[in-house]
Amino acid sequence: MPDPIRLRVKLDGELAEVRVLIGHPMETGLRKDPKTGELVPLHFIQSVTARLNGTPVLEAQWSQAMSRNPYMQFRIHGAKPGDEIGIEWLDNRGESNRATAKVPPAG
Amino acid sequence: MQTPQSDTSRQARGSRRAFLALSTLLTSAFVAGLLRPLHTLAAQWNKAAFDARNVDDALKAAGIVNPTPSVEILIKAPEIAENGAQVPVDILSNLPGTQRIYIFVDKNPQPFVGSFEFKHAAEPFISTRIKMGETSNLRIVVVAGGRHYVATREVKVTIGGCGT
Repeated sequence: MPDPIRLRVKLDGELAEVRVLIGHPMETGLRKDPKTGELVPLHFIQSVTARLNGTPVLEAQWSQAMSRNPYMQFRIHGAKPGDEIGIEWLDNRGESNRATAKVPPAG
Repeated sequence: MQTPQSDTSRQARGSRRAFLALSTLLTSAFVAGLLRPLHTLAAQWNKAAFDARNVDDALKAAGIVNPTPSVEILIKAPEIAENGAQVPVDILSNLPGTQRIYIFVDKNPQPFVGSFEFKHAAEPFISTRIKMGETSNLRIVVVAGGRHYVATREVKVTIGGCGT
């Protein structure tokens, strides 16, 4: 079971500011396990899709050079309170996870 | 007069032909994006570009040729990053019709860090954190109106972040 996604949405006028923190090791394949001295295998998120009410608004492709527990902030125009923001990722092992959040009232 | 053996081989040939036709059809359907694996997200992950070992090869594999330098690409990044494992980068494109932002780190073992494609209502802005192996240029490429633009920014790295 992958680590959870933390998804926060703030509405400023018509602009929804979305902050995403994804729990993921993002292993480069170059790091040695301090206990065994063995290289930890490559393990990283390759694709991320963000949706507004189910329609993709941001589609990302990543390498292992995105930081561990990747953070991403972006902005969506024309969002209204109650709209649904969705985040979904897929990694190089075929693991995936998703989360949704409602756009809160402006404030 | 035909022997049963030639009948069999004709049948085998027939079914092989049918199989080939079917697999060609499936391949085209795949290429056309009609059949997608359940988890396919967005565009295909650009393996050639991500695997490239130097920035020129990475740019080429990503289809980026002679990008025009632009001051309309705003990069916010630290001048000196203490920790190469977590380098904060903000990118805003003021180029009209911005469709995509690419991040490259010239001196990383594999320079292509990621791309962000903006659709519909998304603003051409991204704030994120990346790994840098050593002091290097950040190279930001923007696709706007079907053309390529570029801006660079040097980040000095105190402790590299590729083995983390």
